[in-house]
Amino acid sequence: MKILVCISNVPDTTTKIRFVDDNKAFDKNGVQWIINPWDELALTRALELKEASGGAIEKISVITVGTKDAEPVMRKALAIGADDGIRVDTEAKDAYYVAMQIAEAIKDGGYDMILAGIESSDYNGSAVGRMIAEFLEIPSVSSVSKIEMEGGNISLKREIDGGTEVMETELPFVAIVQKGIALEPRIPNMRGIMMARKKPLAVVAPADGDALTEFAGFELPEAKAACKMVDEDNVKELVNLLHTEAKVI
Amino acid sequence: MSVLVYTENWDGKFKKLSYELVSYATALAKELGTSATALSIGNVDETELKSLGNYGASKIISVSDDRLANLVNSAYSKVIAQVAEKEEANVIVFSNNFGGKALAPGVSVKLKAGLVAGVTALPSSIEPFTVKKAVFTGKAFANVVVKSDKKVLSLARNSFGISETDNNAAIEIFTPELSDGDFRTNVKDVTKVMGKVLLMDAEIVVSGGRGMKGPENWGPIEELAELFGGATACSRPVSDEGWRPHTEHTGQTGKIIAPNLYIAAGISGAIQHVAGVSSSKCIVAINKDPDAPIFEVADYGIVGDAMKVLPQMVEAVKELKAEG
Repeated sequence: MKILVCISNVPDTTTKIRFVDDNKAFDKNGVQWIINPWDELALTRALELKEASGGAIEKISVITVGTKDAEPVMRKALAIGADDGIRVDTEAKDAYYVAMQIAEAIKDGGYDMILAGIESSDYNGSAVGRMIAEFLEIPSVSSVSKIEMEGGNISLKREIDGGTEVMETELPFVAIVQKGIALEPRIPNMRGIMMARKKPLAVVAPADGDALTEFAGFELPEAKAACKMVDEDNVKELVNLLHTEAKVI
Repeated sequence: MSVLVYTENWDGKFKKLSYELVSYATALAKELGTSATALSIGNVDETELKSLGNYGASKIISVSDDRLANLVNSAYSKVIAQVAEKEEANVIVFSNNFGGKALAPGVSVKLKAGLVAGVTALPSSIEPFTVKKAVFTGKAFANVVVKSDKKVLSLARNSFGISETDNNAAIEIFTPELSDGDFRTNVKDVTKVMGKVLLMDAEIVVSGGRGMKGPENWGPIEELAELFGGATACSRPVSDEGWRPHTEHTGQTGKIIAPNLYIAAGISGAIQHVAGVSSSKCIVAINKDPDAPIFEVADYGIVGDAMKVLPQMVEAVKELKAEG
């Protein structure tokens, strides 16, 4: 069995967001790039499943769509423990374009389980994983917070609005994973970092096709009015303000 | 040409968010010079279906099929795409919730329709079709141009509001074409949270952080939430410590919420936490540290010990309620 984990290269979540070029582009200056947090958890869970599978899971691969700038993050994924990687060498234009590129690159790869994070922390599209399933015409399960494997049987838990469902699925399939899938992301150790340098990271040319959307520009939220402070001995005034001024209670 | 809006139901009932979606689709249709059609999948009775007309839908299409009792990504997306083609819809509207995230991308690929997820307003321009959405988890906004003829939008919760109109919409039954290949996932077991206001639905959320010192001090948070008919939430360290369930974690990697009122008690306001709550209409911060970053995003603040302030707040809200 083979697992593929989709990786997105995103700015560290503490990054101060700024734009350049007349607010038409994200300012990459000085930005620290990381594996998208949900993708990192997906990779961690994939490795846990492989280690517990007694050899049934033979390989974990990672894939990204990105320029050479995405290489460090892919090397990190290999250092964490992925066996090999694929980078589709093109700009990640929009979700449709990225999913199409991934589907094209892996359609003959024989992957049984494809994991994608529920969203990327940069453009919050929540779409790539589900779109890959649609391009490949394979089943998908969204908002997955648990994946268990026992004797080749796969059980998924998905978080619906107001509850959870335990699911089973045919193979191959895509699981779009969220918080809970693994407790903490795995941190690469020195041996992993050394080995990652020798692991195969294939660079493939993009398939023909185009994005369906594009960014026209960005803006920062309007500065908030100063916080109105109320004395700690006058909680009643706060409640009155919420009632009469903010009109929220 | 029309606007199609997918209205999810919960055990046969619509929620405020369904009506917000229909209100949005109706306003959008008006700008495009067309009308809005609502699509419901599942067993929903006629009175409930008709209620969608009160928010402007001019037609309601109902699909009811036993195999569609639980959400199946591929089958549902196929049904929506079939209805979109039948209705010649050029914009299909979803909520950016669990269901929307599971379906909108599928419909986007099927119809080759550009998708914008988490839209916060009506288009700023129709030609080129440009909509605004939050990016970097609420830290910025982007104006996105959809280049394809057909478009798929998912609306961020509580971003548009509800507008009632009186439309006596006709209900039409649609029978989709589905095959066994569309049902390759299966629900084996369901656990539902009963009798509690869901965090995602709550208009008022009372949230606690590390400043609450321990799970035994959550009493006033729960009491306040209950008084408001709201929900409780927490910061990441609190759920990581196991003081509160993970389902309550709000923030960048937890739940992203946009209630009318968010009360942050003993939460310092790390950038990842703020990202998950910054779309709230009104934020109240209670924290001992006057320099806590939460005060930068709050509308109202009290510098003080949340464990002392909250019980007083409970009393003040009770008094307010008693006054009627």
